[in-house]
Amino acid sequence: MAIFNFFSKKNPDSGNEPAETRQGLEKTRTGFFEKLGRALLGKSTVDAAFLDELEEILLTSDVGVETTVEIIQRLEQRVARDKYIDKSSLPAFLAEEVAALMPDPMAPVNSDFSLAGAPKPYVILVVGVNGVGKTTTIGKLAARFAAEGKKVVLGAADTFRAAAVDQLTIWKERTGAEIVSMGMNADPASVAFETVKKGLESGADVVIIDTAGRLHNKVGLMNELAKIRRVIQKFMEQAPHEVLLVIDATTGQNAYEQAREFTQATQVNALAVTKLDGTARGGVVIGVSHTFGLPVKYIGLGEKAADLKPFHKADFLDAIFNHENQKS
Amino acid sequence: MFDNLQHKLDKALKSLKGQGRINDLNVADTVKEIRRALISADVHFKVAKDFTDKVLEDARGQNVIRSVSPGQLLTKIVHDNLVDILGGQKSDIHLSGSPAVILIAGLQGSGKTTFTGKLGRWLKAQGRNPLLVAADVYRPAAREQLKVLGSAVEAAVYSEDQNQNAVQIAENAIKYAKANNYNVVVIDTAGRLTVDKAMMDEIAAVKKAVNPAEILFVVDSMTGQDAVNTAKAFHDVLNFTGVVLTKLDGDTRGGAALSIKSVVQKPIKFVSTGEKPDALDVFYPDRMAGRILGMGDVVSLVERAQATIDAEEAEKLSRKIARNNFDFEDFLAQLQQIKKMGNVKDLLGMLPGVGSQIKDLDVDDKAFKGIEALIQSMTPQERTRPELLNASRKQRIAAGSGSTVQELNKLLTQFNQMRQMMKMMKNKRFPGMMPGMKR
Repeated sequence: MAIFNFFSKKNPDSGNEPAETRQGLEKTRTGFFEKLGRALLGKSTVDAAFLDELEEILLTSDVGVETTVEIIQRLEQRVARDKYIDKSSLPAFLAEEVAALMPDPMAPVNSDFSLAGAPKPYVILVVGVNGVGKTTTIGKLAARFAAEGKKVVLGAADTFRAAAVDQLTIWKERTGAEIVSMGMNADPASVAFETVKKGLESGADVVIIDTAGRLHNKVGLMNELAKIRRVIQKFMEQAPHEVLLVIDATTGQNAYEQAREFTQATQVNALAVTKLDGTARGGVVIGVSHTFGLPVKYIGLGEKAADLKPFHKADFLDAIFNHENQKS
Repeated sequence: MFDNLQHKLDKALKSLKGQGRINDLNVADTVKEIRRALISADVHFKVAKDFTDKVLEDARGQNVIRSVSPGQLLTKIVHDNLVDILGGQKSDIHLSGSPAVILIAGLQGSGKTTFTGKLGRWLKAQGRNPLLVAADVYRPAAREQLKVLGSAVEAAVYSEDQNQNAVQIAENAIKYAKANNYNVVVIDTAGRLTVDKAMMDEIAAVKKAVNPAEILFVVDSMTGQDAVNTAKAFHDVLNFTGVVLTKLDGDTRGGAALSIKSVVQKPIKFVSTGEKPDALDVFYPDRMAGRILGMGDVVSLVERAQATIDAEEAEKLSRKIARNNFDFEDFLAQLQQIKKMGNVKDLLGMLPGVGSQIKDLDVDDKAFKGIEALIQSMTPQERTRPELLNASRKQRIAAGSGSTVQELNKLLTQFNQMRQMMKMMKNKRFPGMMPGMKR
């Protein structure tokens, strides 16, 4: 069951997107509330048995022990204080709690990929462990920005994984973006530098830099990321404006370690959660978002470029905690 | 991250000391702790629940011996049960058929293509003649990736760049293998989600067409609670024969291994532990159990030390220690070797008992940098004869390294203590490296 049951009816994206999103999550949409409903069946109030079941629901969604315990404790406190919480007020309460845990997206809130108010070029550095979908996310981002008429420059700074440059080049051809590529085994920092330089010189709106996947406990590789950041800053002081940590929605508690190490090395300021379609859970993102104060900015719901969606917290919570939506 | 199990158990079991016997009452809280620790290690909720029931059964009525803390005793019971479930003996790969066909399946980004390359190398080392087949027709440049990996490990790669039909490619590859005397065919497939019916049908069709001897399910060891559903769904469609755990060189606890093993009852055949083509290992249940429990992984530590520390250098060093002329040059060389082994906190964490103690401690790798800078600011003479250091030399070194005389003095004190210790150990046979590093 996905805690990230989400469909964006208030989403200002193109007309049929909310429906597509819903379809993408068809399998998982009803999960959270179905279980919650079952747990509450025949009960008029919150009792110990219900709290146990809620704990199970949260834990099996990868929310993690600490965040789960925190949510449950708050609920217990509320029950003790109000003496009584009935079923109908529970969803609203849970929504409040989770909303309080997750920070709001940072500016520019590019829910429409318009980059309104963003510096030019807006530099995005994409980081993450191996296989989370960095290059694919970049391809989709490029497509979405390009569809808004933005000029995109891609930087192929994953010079390590076999054929990563080729993969990004194919996305370049699909989206009409420009690309800076120095081939395999080139110094990633100099690719990043040249990419930002090209972005500035060619008057691009957005620069997106791909990096090689790396496990966060490899000191040398993490230092390389820090170097990429420093080198970019030599050229453009405020850049990278967005350091996007890509997290696979199926990741378990290791996501905490990933967030900690990547944040330390590159000052991550936004999260993208990929592979949320299917049976993905993604509950760990609530805890990660909370612990490190990192907003979720994008979610990936499928293979197509349009399946990369901006994340709307209100819609997300609405989708999880609102009965009406669950039934519709 | 969450502190390790033994630490938690010791805390939960404080009340148990002196009670003599483990009973349902005094372990109820403990069992909950164990369950939470397992869930924090990404073991599936239900698997953890069944597991703790089993542990409770084994623990019931056990005497708490005075010399062993109840926490230690329970941790041992948990560990033994884990090893048991993870699979007692090693499971070999089946290479029957001519050619023997191995089908690779899994989610996107689990590491199928990288594993396929590594398996190609492994098979060659076994004296086989493998053909790697690029049947991922969806992800951009996936075929390119396999070609590059194939040439890196000197294994042949079969690819039809214009063909979008994975079943056809697989069939043609087998014909090609028969005609060209390849005796193992490894088919790399596209990553797919279990809810994608069309894609699951595709891999079922590939399986039907090629009749594989082995179907390996590749799974990211960082996977959380979903591992159970994913493994089950792939198993329902493919009835796979073995599991490959990837990215174990990270610091994940890898509870997914336990979940998958419990649910599908198929052996874990390989673990993948790095970016290089040779970073492929067979699976050791006891190491995995220790890892899930956060119990410290001495074996891995020793292996890592052996892999990175130059044996010759170590020998030279132990000779120097024996003659009691260990100097700052040697100290510097040691620091650099330790740094090569990776993050200091990780290394410390691998030592049993240390794991929980340093959980809140921020071990700064940069601490070494300051020491290095100080040593590097010394002249060669000063490095070999630290007793030369007088006030003016100290001031020069402090200024040269961007440090202070106090820092330098601290280092000198530590260095002298170290020398003292080494002197004391001189008579015992102490084979090199820092105290406790290697035995």
